[in-house]
Amino acid sequence: MSATSPPGDEPRPSDPGERDSATRERGSPLGPSRRTAKPDWLDWVRARPRIRTLIGAGLPVGFVTVLLLFPYLFLFAHSFFRLTNGRLTHELTLENYRRLFGTALYPNTILFSAGIAARVTIVALLLAYPLAYLLAFKVKRHRNLMYMAVIIPLWVSYLVRAYAWKIILGQEGILNGFLKWAHLIDQPVTFLLYSKWAVIIALIHIYTPFTLMPIYAVLEAIPPALKEASQDLYASRWQTFRHVVLPLSLPGVVAGCTFSFVLSMGDFIAPGLLGGNDSALMVSNLVVSLFGVAFNWPLGAAVSVVMLVLTFTLLWLANKIETAMNYAGTPARRQETAVGAVGAGGLRK
Amino acid sequence: MRPPPPTPHTPQPLAPSHTISSILQLQHLIKRFDAFTAVDDLSLDIAAGEFLTFLGASGSGKTTTLRMIAGFERPTSGEILMEGTSITPLPPFKRDINTVFQSYALFPHMSVRDNVGYGLRMRGVPKAEIGKRVEEALQMVQLGHLGERAPRQLSGGQQQRVALARALVNRPRVLLLDEPLGALDLKLRKEMQLELKQLNKLLGITFIYVTHDQEEALTMSDRIALMRNGRIEQLSGPREMYEEPVSRYVADFIGETNLLQTTAARRLGGSAARLTIAGREFEASATPSWVEGKPAWLAVRPEHVRPASADGPGSLPVTVVDAVFTGVITRVHTTIDGGGHLVLHWPAERLAPEAGATLMVTWPTERGRCVGD
Repeated sequence: MSATSPPGDEPRPSDPGERDSATRERGSPLGPSRRTAKPDWLDWVRARPRIRTLIGAGLPVGFVTVLLLFPYLFLFAHSFFRLTNGRLTHELTLENYRRLFGTALYPNTILFSAGIAARVTIVALLLAYPLAYLLAFKVKRHRNLMYMAVIIPLWVSYLVRAYAWKIILGQEGILNGFLKWAHLIDQPVTFLLYSKWAVIIALIHIYTPFTLMPIYAVLEAIPPALKEASQDLYASRWQTFRHVVLPLSLPGVVAGCTFSFVLSMGDFIAPGLLGGNDSALMVSNLVVSLFGVAFNWPLGAAVSVVMLVLTFTLLWLANKIETAMNYAGTPARRQETAVGAVGAGGLRK
Repeated sequence: MRPPPPTPHTPQPLAPSHTISSILQLQHLIKRFDAFTAVDDLSLDIAAGEFLTFLGASGSGKTTTLRMIAGFERPTSGEILMEGTSITPLPPFKRDINTVFQSYALFPHMSVRDNVGYGLRMRGVPKAEIGKRVEEALQMVQLGHLGERAPRQLSGGQQQRVALARALVNRPRVLLLDEPLGALDLKLRKEMQLELKQLNKLLGITFIYVTHDQEEALTMSDRIALMRNGRIEQLSGPREMYEEPVSRYVADFIGETNLLQTTAARRLGGSAARLTIAGREFEASATPSWVEGKPAWLAVRPEHVRPASADGPGSLPVTVVDAVFTGVITRVHTTIDGGGHLVLHWPAERLAPEAGATLMVTWPTERGRCVGD
């Protein structure tokens, strides 16, 4: 600190960071008069809490603005630009949206993707709910270990997991090999890979943990006394599940289903790798080819905007339903939405 | 409080011999969790209509015993009989017993009315009757106007009443209460204690109550089973437990007690003992917990100790440490010349002594009890 700095700028011991520097300075053999280690502007900033707050909040806000809001705005703007002779012209038009809704391909692809996503969601739910139930109520020892066993695949690269299904379902794959070894078939079965079903199987595999996490989180949060109270009031185990456990777990079910539906509907890697003629074209693949192959950015942007609107509507709706069904009472719990539930699921013991 | 709905079970008077009308019999119940024995060979007959309290410190096995009666825990060995028939293997939903939980355990996704009607719905009682009985039960706990509320919109005391109504609406033979008043403030707790006692007498339902609060147990119970290390240390009425503790543990647990260390103890004829405290001899009634040759304490309540007019037999010299005025009484803390502390309630009509004053104290011989560990 220089001798010219105002007296009010002395480091305050209440701030841990400043206490450290103060200790360091006191310990210096040069004494307090020669404290020149820090630049002036730092002291200037520290003395002004408003500017400190602005810097603190400014960084994340700026991050989101530059990396999320601006791209969305560009995307939105592009969807209204015109493509003339393969060149992008900055002239506003509704042509892209007209083409999007006028050509059967685009709505059909969106519907087809939604159909795939719906099937993935249903099967993932049927797999995840019983598993979450077992984990939450029946597994007493090694519960964390078992939970981790479900979650750990999420750390494996998505591509690896998608490719794994190529290895399993391929013509010379593990499944065919097994069937031949068991003399169930003579020739390799070819309908396994490159089909709608391969895509669905891979997506189920990839997104079931996402469905499980929020369901496990809500099930685990149900106080054991509620189940005991139900049984105490003459409800059998099935009635207890039907009238107490199931209704209380519905927010988690909605959150889990939202995850698997939204994520698998927007997926383009699994259909690209495993899809057949009928299914290599989910809506995201369409967007990829519009941007990359056809170089039709405006139309690609228009499809993306429609998908964004659909997704946000879905998330908003899911959030509404979750909030309405969340009876637990405390304000913190009531705000626990899809994302919050997953966080809680991962962190809870 | 309004009169309760008529019950199919008419209230039965407490039978003099509880073998005849005992509603529950616990026979040699043992419950082990791995290496820990929570309940250790507990046998008890519970009379129909009585208010029985399991009192004890945490870990004494009182809640485990209650959970075995409810059916939430299977005893490691032993039998539970209800009116002579074993209910040991039955799950909770097949027992004619309802529970008021410590945490109330109200269903958060149901209205108060649906909470109270839950048991009746599960038993398939006709809708019209459910509606009627739920209303009656809510009236009984003075919550008739809150039926549509969600549990979280109620205060702790109101939730407690809903939990009570939810159990009582089923007209069980036995009601289990697991520290139901623990979360309430003192004033509300006192009110509820009296209300619970009235309900017990009015409805004729057997109440089995668990608490660690000795005052609560004394206030409400017909009988108290004081639990220690999974066993019943003493089973008796509140007055007997207070005035005639069978052991040092009971004397210490119930109310305020002076436990004076003895240097020698000798059994006289009958149930009397002669104890030596600070070089002076005192007579006291011997309890079964003391065996001649083992350490003995003289247990005497502060309200029975009085200043003595003169040094004489049965009096003890003490030095005043402090005199604390607590409103109703003045509590005088003293040290015994020769070691140990003694507290007495100072007579209201006399001026409290100063700290440092020496005086003689005495107590009626029959109030002193010789207890063992």
